[in-house]
Amino acid sequence: MIGLVLRRLVTMALTLLFISALVFFVIKLPPGDFLTNRIMELRAGGEAASVAKAELLIRQYGLDRPVWQQYLMWVGLMPGPAGFSGLLQGDWGWSFEYDRPVAEVVGDALWLTLVVNLAALVFVHVVAIPIAIYSATHRHSLGDAVVTVLGYVGLAVPGFLLALILLFYANRWFGLSIGGLYDAQFTGKPWDGAKIRSLLSHLVVPTLVIGLGGTAAMIRRMRANLLDELAKPYTVTARAKGLPPTRALLKYPFRMSLNPFVADIGNLLPHLVSGSVLVSLVMSLPTVGPLLLEALRSQDQFMAGFILMFVAGLTVFGMLVSDLVLVWLDPRIRMGAR
Amino acid sequence: MSDRIRDPAHFVDPAPFDPEAAREGSREALSARRLFLRRFLRHRMAVAAGLILLALYATVPFVEWLAPYGQARRNRDFLYAPPQAVHLFHQGRFVGPYTYPYRAALDLETFRRDYVTDRTRPQPLRFLCRGDAYAWLGLIASDRHLVCPPEGGTLFLLGTDRLGRDILSRMIYGARISLVIGLVGVAISFALGLLFGGLAGYFGGWVDAAVQRLIELVRALPELPLWLALSAALPPNWSPLWIFFGITLILGLLDWPGLARAVRGKLLALREEDFVAAAELMGASPVRVIARHLIPNFMSHLIASATLSIPGMILGETALSFLGLGLRPPVTSWGVLLNEAQNLAAVQLYPWLLVPVLPVLVTVLAFNFLGDGLRDAADPYH
Repeated sequence: MIGLVLRRLVTMALTLLFISALVFFVIKLPPGDFLTNRIMELRAGGEAASVAKAELLIRQYGLDRPVWQQYLMWVGLMPGPAGFSGLLQGDWGWSFEYDRPVAEVVGDALWLTLVVNLAALVFVHVVAIPIAIYSATHRHSLGDAVVTVLGYVGLAVPGFLLALILLFYANRWFGLSIGGLYDAQFTGKPWDGAKIRSLLSHLVVPTLVIGLGGTAAMIRRMRANLLDELAKPYTVTARAKGLPPTRALLKYPFRMSLNPFVADIGNLLPHLVSGSVLVSLVMSLPTVGPLLLEALRSQDQFMAGFILMFVAGLTVFGMLVSDLVLVWLDPRIRMGAR
Repeated sequence: MSDRIRDPAHFVDPAPFDPEAAREGSREALSARRLFLRRFLRHRMAVAAGLILLALYATVPFVEWLAPYGQARRNRDFLYAPPQAVHLFHQGRFVGPYTYPYRAALDLETFRRDYVTDRTRPQPLRFLCRGDAYAWLGLIASDRHLVCPPEGGTLFLLGTDRLGRDILSRMIYGARISLVIGLVGVAISFALGLLFGGLAGYFGGWVDAAVQRLIELVRALPELPLWLALSAALPPNWSPLWIFFGITLILGLLDWPGLARAVRGKLLALREEDFVAAAELMGASPVRVIARHLIPNFMSHLIASATLSIPGMILGETALSFLGLGLRPPVTSWGVLLNEAQNLAAVQLYPWLLVPVLPVLVTVLAFNFLGDGLRDAADPYH
């Protein structure tokens, strides 16, 4: 078991390393960078002092070196002008646009992103499992049909539009406030009970919107899995020997159908994270989504790079957790791994 | 029994026995393709979805002719005009399809445009008529339309946007881009998936391991942030048409892992079959074995998977354009249209700006149903 975890951890580290190379490559694709653009602007404006400062920054962050060296310095595998200080050393770089360290700019956004995604993940599971069980045990009933139709609609509606419309009606009908993750009066305040309550009430709509697509897909798959299991002889035997229906359902077939469900977290997570970025943009949630878009637009490379790495790390880590849960849940995988 | 005794010809047939004829009409005699078709036709929803998609794609070459207005035509007197109704009876008398003229009146208190309908003057629509000039497919100049606004009147069936452009016409033009982008994108991802999945599944060993790692890598990345990054990387001085190709390429480049996995799985199973060993023993090259013996065996399954990944592409383009990082005007797609409905004012004051979401919904649902039907038909044991 420990060997398996270690092996998984090594794979995860390698994956993240590859992703970092890919991310850096993509960010470096557009010609020029933030500072050269800025220097050109300043030259046009004739501000010699600022040009000197920008050129100093270029040297300080090694932007005058070849791209592969820049990459190694960013990751922290090669000493830069300031020695080893990259992602591995916990230095997330400098945001040129804000003229502050990236760590300071993203700040709260990181764990608010975590909260939003976690809420969506929990929502998907809490909603999908009971509905799927109902739908599979009451096949061809009215409820099943309604769920199926709703599921298809959930797959087809673009999340951003749903966010926009729900935002409007949630405010009109239920008085849930528009946009953000907490009321404006709490900005910059320490976290206390009132602020957390405000956060919770703001979380409702985003969670619903982000989770809906995933829930629809989850219900469809879970229903199919459960139907397969219910048709198998062991279920019939369990019923025949007089096991109460609930027990005959939950004890064996349900556990069997949970298996692909957990394995599916790996597929679900990238979608949730994607969805949360998009929905954050529409609802102007203070997560990393809007920051990423802005950083990409202004070629603020360390900022964009860090956020992309954070988002990718979130998914890779989630996949690791789902793998481990699967091992714990399924003795066949556990025994095979030994 | 009594029948047979009365009709001895049934027992002894003078004609020589023909095994082909004896099998005629039985299940085995049907080719795989006809079996597939038969199973597919049993899926009512999938067939209906397929027909809807056929109808949608049939409009693609003729959008200029179908749209009542040109896509860039601005009507300065009709900004944010609400949808106009088409009537048939005027004061109890049948006059054929017509609209009532309306005029904007600025409400000086709220600064909103209120449209006042004049119900005394019916203006009949014109059909197969001359309207805004266009170059059909960019080649043939014409000004013929299926339906035109009445003489001196307007025809805004779905209202107009902030520049007074007809939403319906722009939606019809947008269909061309949005529908084509899904097909082209899936073609790219199909080719890549076939290539990588084929290599991994056929050769196995380290090739398989390498491709598997690559697939895991691409799948671990959340699509949207990567799409954002890649489309931000498209040079800003590209023409809108090149941007269109760039976006299509991006959508296709990130979508292949799912297909590659399907191909690999099927190949691994098929590779062990006897007919593959026979072909190899007869000296067939790997390319021939893959292309001639393996691919036909799981093509239907692949097409079903590809069909199911088209909606993701259409939604992806819509999302990117909605954020302003996708297609750029004057290229019009459903996403570009929705980009204009991005604020709460649109939901509250001009809800007709949200209508372009309907074709997205219909197309995505139709592709999903069609894909499900194809998959069930391709895989009868599942």
